Amino acid sequence: MREILTRLRTARDRLRSAVGSTESADREVATDGGTAVGEGRGGSLRDALPVEWELIESSPFWLPPVVLAGFFVYGAIFWNAIISLTDWEGLSLSGADYSDLDLEMYGRLLQDGAFWQATQNTVVLLVVFTLLCLVVGLLAAILIDQQIRFENTFRTIYLLPMSLSFVVTATMWAWMYNARNGVLNTFLRVLNLEGVLVTLLKPEAINATVLQWLSWNTTALPAVIFALLWQFSGYAMVVFLAGLRAIPTEHYEAARVDGASTIRMYMRVIIPQLRASAVSASVVLMVFALKAFDFIFALRGDQPGANLDILATMMYREAFTGGNEWAYGSAIAIVLFVLALLIIAPYLYSEYKRGEL
Amino acid sequence: MSTSSSNPIQTLREMEARRIGLYLVLLGGIAFYLVPVETAVATMFKTQQAFTATAPYVPPLGDGFSVSSALNAWETLRPGLIDSMLMAVPATILSALFGSLAAYGLTTIDWRGQVGVVVLIIAGIFIPYQAVLVPLTTFWFQIWPDLVTGFVNTVFGFVTGGNWAYPRSGDIQLIQLTITHAAYGIPITTLLFRSYYQAISDEMIEAARLDGATAFSIYKNIIFPLSLPMFAVTLIYQFTQVYNDLLFALVLLNDPNTQVATQRLVRLTGGVQQDFTLTMAGAIIAALPTLLVYIFFGEQFAKGVAE
Repeated sequence: MREILTRLRTARDRLRSAVGSTESADREVATDGGTAVGEGRGGSLRDALPVEWELIESSPFWLPPVVLAGFFVYGAIFWNAIISLTDWEGLSLSGADYSDLDLEMYGRLLQDGAFWQATQNTVVLLVVFTLLCLVVGLLAAILIDQQIRFENTFRTIYLLPMSLSFVVTATMWAWMYNARNGVLNTFLRVLNLEGVLVTLLKPEAINATVLQWLSWNTTALPAVIFALLWQFSGYAMVVFLAGLRAIPTEHYEAARVDGASTIRMYMRVIIPQLRASAVSASVVLMVFALKAFDFIFALRGDQPGANLDILATMMYREAFTGGNEWAYGSAIAIVLFVLALLIIAPYLYSEYKRGEL
Repeated sequence: MSTSSSNPIQTLREMEARRIGLYLVLLGGIAFYLVPVETAVATMFKTQQAFTATAPYVPPLGDGFSVSSALNAWETLRPGLIDSMLMAVPATILSALFGSLAAYGLTTIDWRGQVGVVVLIIAGIFIPYQAVLVPLTTFWFQIWPDLVTGFVNTVFGFVTGGNWAYPRSGDIQLIQLTITHAAYGIPITTLLFRSYYQAISDEMIEAARLDGATAFSIYKNIIFPLSLPMFAVTLIYQFTQVYNDLLFALVLLNDPNTQVATQRLVRLTGGVQQDFTLTMAGAIIAALPTLLVYIFFGEQFAKGVAE
């Protein structure tokens, strides 16, 4: 290794001294002509040097972190995929038996009602939460963009929940949703709306007078989505605000001159230009939604029940508490991973095509 | 203005009314974002009596005010806050440093094929951690349980001349968790530093290279000093992420003595008889470190988030 390095280094030095003269000439011409210096530079030197040189010279910097992250991310995912093909569970804590691999766990998943319920909840959470966040974030960004006073204060407060952990948010919202004394129900009682909502949301419960947001099947998931909206809409706002600020003011002026109303101006001219912001915000929001484990776990521990299971919580329960079904949990994790891949692969591909990476 | 055909004073009034409406909506937004926080703070300072007698968002007044729940929660969470710090600070610094080095190698030095590596690293930001949990626990607890123990004993044994008491099992788990967070932080920190380095002009680096500077001296003398503002952003963002995590701590720290703040908060809320003055106090206290970071470095936090 050391020998190769030295040899490459001498090769580079020789090449450099050879290229050096033309290089400086290039520079002078470029500066004299006032053209972009970058054009004459770099190219000649880089073409002359072997590609491997760059690779080896830079490897001490990127190789250790890349290997570390690669081992923990891709190594672990690959390992997880293998484990999902075994039937490792409960008592055999010594490890998985890798000699007998099959798709048994995935077959089990297909027949598991709880899995389908969790998948459905995950997809609903993903789609509804992301869309709502985008809408609220966009509205907040447009309102804040109206040259208002104390803009910083508004922005700071809107983004504040994002600095809190899922656990803290869940704790706070468990109290907000508390059936007896929670803020929401207290407020509804003042307005005399609680009874109406109870009959509307749970008609089969004849004598119920108290709205149990987190333990009813119809309300549990929407309640979680609403709390997550509280936590992350500020993030969407920040992204959209950056997008709005990047639009040249001439576009606003042109629309005004054409006599477009404010709403029409935003619908026809401004919002269509925010596509890139919307895409990058929704990718990140969807990933948050897939990771909402912390929130739901903090809300009600690892118990199944009320319609609140998502793939992330089901995986944890199967693998770590419910009888240590390591292989089964790993199979659920792979489904979750594939779901994430479906979201990020097109995004990364388009970023790559646009030359953003 | 296209509506100028009507009375100009009327138009002005309309605009004023619009402006007032705008501020009202924005203030409504503030209420939406602050009510849960206000409620939590109001509740944590209430006596049990005031808690049952008053509406949740009403501040504790007179006799209803009490700090006993806050003190209780503080006592319960304090060891967790210490463990969180012991874990989050080194993990944050390590992953920021790794990210900066990786981004340097993957940005300012130009070799073919690096985009492929970059795509793989960035994809790592988005993986759900459930997809690595089982191998991760297997790795730390079964395949290599003595890795960290051996390392810690060697280092500290060397430093203390052999008078090193064997660390508690929980301490080893805390170190394992720190390494885990440092590793999983690399993708996002690399992305943050990379987009920053792409804006640095090549000329300076190219000139240094022609003067015969090594890759290391370029990093030390040019890139590192230039990246200090980005280090601030990255450290703040990454500290928030690591400090706020529950999942990794849940599976890697199973020793009841060594648990981070998020874990202890979950245990505090998990009781059968929920005492909301206590849990709200716990939530606010557990949130304090990142809340303070946010209040003091809000601009940098927003920058890290928007990237």
